[in-house]
Amino acid sequence: MIRLQNIHKSYITGTNKLHVLKGIDLHIKKGELVSIMGSSGSGKSTLLNILGLLDNHDEGVYELNNEEIKSMSETKAAKLRNNLLGFVFQSFNLISFKNAMENVALPLYYQKVSRKKRNKLALEYLDKMGLKEWAHHMPNELSGGQKQRVAVARAMITEPKIILADEPTGALDSKTSVEVMELLKEINKSGITVIIVTHENDIAHMTDRIINLKDGRIESIVENNKINNTESVQIPIQE
Amino acid sequence: MFDLDKWQEITAALKKNKLRTILTGLGVMFGILILVTLLGIGRGFQNNIQSSLGNFATNSTVFWVERTTKAYKGLPRNRFYRFTNDDLVALKQGIPELEHIAPDINGWSGGATHNTFRNEKKGNFRIKGTSPEMNMVNPVEVISGRFINENDLKEFRKVITIGPRVKELMFEEDEDPIGQYLKVNGIFFKIIGEIKPLSNNMGNRDDIIQLPYTTLQQLYNYGDKFYVFLATAKVGESVAELEDKIFEILARRHSIHPEDNQAIGHFNIAKIFNKIFGLFNSIGFLFWVIGFGVLITGVIGVSNIMHVVVKERTKELGIKRAIGAKPALVVGQIINESVFLTTFAGFWGLVLGVVIVELIGKATEGSPNPQILNPYVDINVAFIALGVLVFFGVLAGLLPAQRAIKIKPVDALRYE
Repeated sequence: MIRLQNIHKSYITGTNKLHVLKGIDLHIKKGELVSIMGSSGSGKSTLLNILGLLDNHDEGVYELNNEEIKSMSETKAAKLRNNLLGFVFQSFNLISFKNAMENVALPLYYQKVSRKKRNKLALEYLDKMGLKEWAHHMPNELSGGQKQRVAVARAMITEPKIILADEPTGALDSKTSVEVMELLKEINKSGITVIIVTHENDIAHMTDRIINLKDGRIESIVENNKINNTESVQIPIQE
Repeated sequence: MFDLDKWQEITAALKKNKLRTILTGLGVMFGILILVTLLGIGRGFQNNIQSSLGNFATNSTVFWVERTTKAYKGLPRNRFYRFTNDDLVALKQGIPELEHIAPDINGWSGGATHNTFRNEKKGNFRIKGTSPEMNMVNPVEVISGRFINENDLKEFRKVITIGPRVKELMFEEDEDPIGQYLKVNGIFFKIIGEIKPLSNNMGNRDDIIQLPYTTLQQLYNYGDKFYVFLATAKVGESVAELEDKIFEILARRHSIHPEDNQAIGHFNIAKIFNKIFGLFNSIGFLFWVIGFGVLITGVIGVSNIMHVVVKERTKELGIKRAIGAKPALVVGQIINESVFLTTFAGFWGLVLGVVIVELIGKATEGSPNPQILNPYVDINVAFIALGVLVFFGVLAGLLPAQRAIKIKPVDALRYE
């Protein structure tokens, strides 16, 4: 599903050049539940942005769904994002002047699905998230957990192949964090690839594979799909 | 196509900061208001001047007698002469470019307070000799009855046409003056027509009494002489050349030195008309420029606000792009907002402008000497203004929209 070969990315800030990703090689198979871990500045968010076509890489090969991603127009990128990917953000990123249902339906608007049809579908997805009776509430009337579940529903409505979650539990308490993670796992079970960026150990340990990033390089990859997810696994520390 | 989501976006964005939206809208509203009002008033000025010029032939010239300033053919200088009816015939025959020629002769009231009587009623009116040809140069509108014709001239008939003021003072409101008689300077005249001057030139006012100029010459003992005449050139002919030819023939007929230009006074009315029209075109143009300038100021305000709005919504636009909004859609949405704001505000400016112009029209309607007559907003101007607004709305939105999609989605998402 995702294949990265020697991906480099640097940012230029003024006269300084910040080399963020220094050669990432990674293969994520269809249906995997993967987490990307690392301290701040390790490049994990940059990696997710490149995976999510929100940013472009400088060097290397990125294959998404058997298609090489090179410099492409924003229009094409927007289309791919809309069809292939679903995003879940730390700060939920719901549109404040649209209610929960309209937020969930929004990606379908960009696919020119009729209003009636997409609202019906949005209600179905909200129902799955247990938020049916909150459909007509505005985002500021929802709790953090509810907001994130609306965001997940929004990511899901286009039936994407990959869900990209950037610190999805970063703004939630531990109980809701677990709930949201359970939700993502369930989504994963339906065959959708889920990639989670996090810096929390216990969140990472709920995934099949942990990719540890440090200073723009993959430090280690831990497979813990055979292990019961409530049991903490020591991540090998190098150096 | 009505797209509820599109409208929801537009109103949500504009409602976010109502005061700011209203103030921006006011800028555009006043712009179009001032443009429309200025154009309406400009039209009123023009109507006023045109109604006083009326249907007076613009390709015309006026000639009058002066004293000679050069001795010629044994005749002394400072000699006085007068035009004759035969001159008219000679000029008509001699100059193919000449369209109409008509003597302008005024009656004389003999210093009396009143020159016109009917039963108990009396009045003092302007008495002028006229002819069918005069009516082609300095026309009147026949309201009822008929105008003076060639037979009236030939037979020196004692017939008159009267202006509205004459009818008002000499007759009751429900009386029909046609066929009635008026005693003018001691002589009874039969009224054959009610007329209204179409211009105020050459003494044509509402208090006019017109009679055949031949009758007038006879009654006042003018013989076949007169002092002033009007002439028009045929369509496409130069009035200046016509003047030269008239001068040449008149000089020959009255033994005036061919270079004695001052002996025959003449005045090219066409020239003055052109100057007046030129002046009004310039004023009209100036009004356009001012109105347009104010409008542009308003539109720049909109563009400014759109810049701020786009900046404020950077993150929101980033989210939308992350979940699949294409750049064209984002640009379209911002332009929609901008066009909506300018057009909506502009529409109310237009409506208010029309109302103001109407009020000015109402206020000046009754005044006896209006500076502005029937001001109105040309429907074409209104449509042009609306078109311009939409165009500027697009323009005002385009730059901020370009900026919005220039930012990478990832940076837009990070924007706080």
